[in-house]
Amino acid sequence: MNEELELMRGTYAIGEAAIRAGCRYYFGYPITPQNELPEYMSRRLPEVDGIFVQSESELAGINMVMGASMAGARVMISSSSPGISLMQEGLSFMAGMELPAVVVNMMRGGPGLGNIAPSQSDYFQATRGGGHGDYRTIVLAPSSVQEAADLTYEAFDLADRYRMVVMILGDGMVAQMMEPVRFRPMRPLDDLPSKDWTITGARGRPSRFLRSLILDVNDMEEHNWKLVRKYQQVEKECPRWEGFLLEDAEMVVVAFGTAARIAKGAVKRARKEGVKVGLFRPISLWPFPFQDLKALYQRGQDTFVVFELNAGQMVEDVRLTLGDGARILSYARPGGAVPSPQELARVFSRLALSRRLP
Amino acid sequence: MKKVFSRTRALKPVAFHYCPGCGHSILHRLVAEVIEEMDLVDRAIGVPPAGCAVLAYFYFDVDMGEAPHGRGAAVATGIKRVLPDRLVFTYQGDGDIAAIGTAETIHAANRGEKITAIFVNNAVYGMTGGQMAPTSVVGQVTTTSPKGRDPSREGFPINFTELLAQIKGTAFAARASLQDPAHVLKTKKIIRKAFEAQMKGLGFSVVEVLSPCPTNWKMSPPQAFRWVKEEMVKHYPLGVFKDAEGESLAD
Repeated sequence: MNEELELMRGTYAIGEAAIRAGCRYYFGYPITPQNELPEYMSRRLPEVDGIFVQSESELAGINMVMGASMAGARVMISSSSPGISLMQEGLSFMAGMELPAVVVNMMRGGPGLGNIAPSQSDYFQATRGGGHGDYRTIVLAPSSVQEAADLTYEAFDLADRYRMVVMILGDGMVAQMMEPVRFRPMRPLDDLPSKDWTITGARGRPSRFLRSLILDVNDMEEHNWKLVRKYQQVEKECPRWEGFLLEDAEMVVVAFGTAARIAKGAVKRARKEGVKVGLFRPISLWPFPFQDLKALYQRGQDTFVVFELNAGQMVEDVRLTLGDGARILSYARPGGAVPSPQELARVFSRLALSRRLP
Repeated sequence: MKKVFSRTRALKPVAFHYCPGCGHSILHRLVAEVIEEMDLVDRAIGVPPAGCAVLAYFYFDVDMGEAPHGRGAAVATGIKRVLPDRLVFTYQGDGDIAAIGTAETIHAANRGEKITAIFVNNAVYGMTGGQMAPTSVVGQVTTTSPKGRDPSREGFPINFTELLAQIKGTAFAARASLQDPAHVLKTKKIIRKAFEAQMKGLGFSVVEVLSPCPTNWKMSPPQAFRWVKEEMVKHYPLGVFKDAEGESLAD
């Protein structure tokens, strides 16, 4: 493929971007709304001498990812909410062993099987670690097909740099919609960062092992401190966000992913009606871009509307960031149905009106 | 003076932590010796389980990567798919492979993954203190089957290696025993057959090894070895159940 603009759905774009980033191994299990990603990988990976394995479960799939990562490969798995729940054991072990990988979660609505409509119901699970133990994963939330491709491409470098799992957090909208996308160049495999911790057979060096079991209490605490220091470094180096019409905004909507896309449309609409609203869109959900959000508040913004497709999860991070002084409103739609930009614009108008009342 | 024995290079020069009379110490050495004899010390990658043998990476002087409880076959699949010319083996207990890891093991076998499972059957959960295992025999008293395993209440002991032998992707499936020195030597031969099947790319291989756990069986080591020979073998017949190359080592 060349570097031309191509019309592609989100799942395909993520798959192609992963391959271009040097990913040659994909393990996964079918689940809607992301089935086109394993399908794409099953036909595309063999073209680049890669390996696709359809696992017997998401539980097995993440453990295959664990093994491939131990062996030094760039590796990916994708799923949707219930499947991601099944992977949490593996994600915890990978955090303990500091194994890099890219995990794609195209979220669904509701607990249990829920439905397959766009939803952001897994914000807590994604940003708080998800499995047992005191750990984090880097979470990136694209709101367009182009951004899904770009973030996936970069996710592999982040994963290797910090020896962490990076999650691409989207939903059925990002997964299914088709948009123009331009891919970055194919990374030559010999250009990828070398790793001095992999288990590949002890040829010409002492044997190594990878483990998360650390029985000695002092060693366990020291290992956990090491993870904490790494997470602190990520919090410093990796926050990402995008602003839209923030300069003169009297009200800021905070939204990510699909919700941010709807919010952007709503902001444009509300602006036409004279409502000065801007958008703060976190791209990295962990680390949450709290310093920049706080800077916005300190600059004089005091009304923040947190719009998300869940019952109000990211709003907790906004509250943690801004404290009690700011006026923080939650426009939470608990997933399973997607509001229109018109609906959201009406919310902004009403809020703007209520602000002007004495 | 003639040198008649030396420590295998595939084991680190440290003492095992295992209980007196435990089969792990013997089996670690057998596996390590086969790795050395096949000249695979720098090409072997082991996947230790949850359980007493989780610390196998302190003993084997080959690369090792820990798997969550039961997931050995899936982790080994990932390693082997990336490094197809290495010897990749899991080391798993009965609870690990035949209870919590049943799905991962059966499907790795069914895909014909070129990995070897060393399956230690001691009929109890060892590290957690002697609870009932999927392989605890009928009547066996454990901490969670205090009245003895009654199939109408606790189900039957599972003959997991025979089950794996039925699967098309399995190239080699055998059961061996550590009950006495003759069987220990035979176990080593069978492990070699399994590793050879893997390195020839024939498919999945498994060696179940009946192994004493005197501590949790509440027996002396000699009693425990006798119990393997007299009780366990009744439920778990020794022999080669499948050998894709057609040779048989039946007991």
